[in-house]
Amino acid sequence: MFITKYIKEVYLGIKSLLVGMKRTGYYFTHHKEIITQQYPDNRDTLNLPERFKGEVVMPHDEKNEHRCTGCQACELACPNGTIKVITQSVLLADGRKKKAIDKLVYHLELCTMCNLCVVACPSDAIVMAQTFEHSVFDRTKLTKILNNPGSKIMDGIE
Amino acid sequence: MFEEVGTTTEGDLIINVGPQHPATHGVLHLVITLNGETIKKVEPHLGFIHRSIEKMCESLSYRQFIYVTSRMDYLSAHINNHACAMCVEKGLQLEIPPRAQVVRVLMDELTRIASHELWWGAMAMDLGAFTPFFHAFRERETINDIMEETCGARLTMNYMVPGGVMQDIHPDFQRKVKEFIQLFKRKIHEYDEMVTGNVIFQNRMKKVGYLSAEDAVSYGCSGPTARGSGVRCDIRKYYPYEVYNNVEFEEILETGGDSFARYMVRIREMEQSVCIIEQLIDNIPEGDFQAKTKAVLKLPKGEFYSRVETARGELGVYIVSEGGTTPYRIKFRSPGFSNLSVLDHIARGSKLGDLVAMMGTLDLVIPDIDR
Repeated sequence: MFITKYIKEVYLGIKSLLVGMKRTGYYFTHHKEIITQQYPDNRDTLNLPERFKGEVVMPHDEKNEHRCTGCQACELACPNGTIKVITQSVLLADGRKKKAIDKLVYHLELCTMCNLCVVACPSDAIVMAQTFEHSVFDRTKLTKILNNPGSKIMDGIE
Repeated sequence: MFEEVGTTTEGDLIINVGPQHPATHGVLHLVITLNGETIKKVEPHLGFIHRSIEKMCESLSYRQFIYVTSRMDYLSAHINNHACAMCVEKGLQLEIPPRAQVVRVLMDELTRIASHELWWGAMAMDLGAFTPFFHAFRERETINDIMEETCGARLTMNYMVPGGVMQDIHPDFQRKVKEFIQLFKRKIHEYDEMVTGNVIFQNRMKKVGYLSAEDAVSYGCSGPTARGSGVRCDIRKYYPYEVYNNVEFEEILETGGDSFARYMVRIREMEQSVCIIEQLIDNIPEGDFQAKTKAVLKLPKGEFYSRVETARGELGVYIVSEGGTTPYRIKFRSPGFSNLSVLDHIARGSKLGDLVAMMGTLDLVIPDIDR
């Protein structure tokens, strides 16, 4: 009795191992089902989805104009104090004074890519970029000023 | 009882299991008292990655605090965000559009599959099988790609907001999810072939770490850990939220109570998640993906509680509001903490080598335990 049970267990054990090994063997011979990406070498062909949250950027058009009114909605929406909007008042052509941004300081090292600032922005001035290789040698390089030097607000955005 | 717990007799060996470096993620430190190879006591040491998330939430507004909860149980980040958003909506008495409800449930179930797959791979790796880890991550990668396309992130999505979801689903979402379901239905048989039917695996899982139904209830276990002992506790079934009362699915129950029962619950739960997704993916109603909310959310004075079924069990979110823009107090009832508390009970008297099998099937996510 004992010996039959023992042989049966050995047989079932070997069978279950072979069933599992069949899977391994299948993938060993079917290279097309391998999905490994050679990451640093495939940078040119690497396509990230357009919604990927990599870092906050402020798009500028060809006239070096942005859409930011300096309303500080992003600063209020940010949970970590990542964004600081520094405003100044500029003199318009007709003599009126208007609030405009001087600098939009963005601390990438504090950012958690939660997308709340982009959602909060009423004039779509900031968007998420698809960059993800953020490592630098110096920590101060992670503090960025998003508006280009000499840029101003687009016409017609209040 | 006290003497047995508090003191060690001569000849006992105390060993430390687990990494404890603060820079590693998911650190669980177990101090184990051994008599020979038999476990006398298991003492989990927590606090290595305590980030005081509950306290942090008190200084954040009702829109902002949701993103922090992705960092609790990072494998079911969507479901955590869902619980918080639901609790805020309860306070605001906000009705969310049907499209948002369906998208939320779809995302929850995809997250559940992804989480169980990672558990399956990691648990098999704990037991010494390395191949399943790669097989599990291969399918999980497909889900991550779907998430990345719609939510913009792979792990900490912050997709659920009070009132609905942050963005509408991507145009390719439905097609990709259907492709994934077709792929996954094939692959889940491979999981059974490779691991479930394996004789070594079965011998290591069966009759190991027995947890009776009474103990599961008294220790406050929830999710697959409790359902492996035959306790009916699926929040989706008994306290349905969103569209869970409109879909047909089975609550998986196993009565074994051992590690293998808990394993089978999770494997079969993945099939049920696929079943829920199949029912909903073609029936996403048209309409808004987000209800109109005020720019600054203010909850009325009072206490609000919501509960969801995460991949690990019941997550409860309790908000005390004083009527301001930030919560007065937030408490998270995390499933991992209660599930870990049972480890000492089920490990006593068994061998040291079986401890890994028990820990594996409890599906511990340490940031969820520590918060």
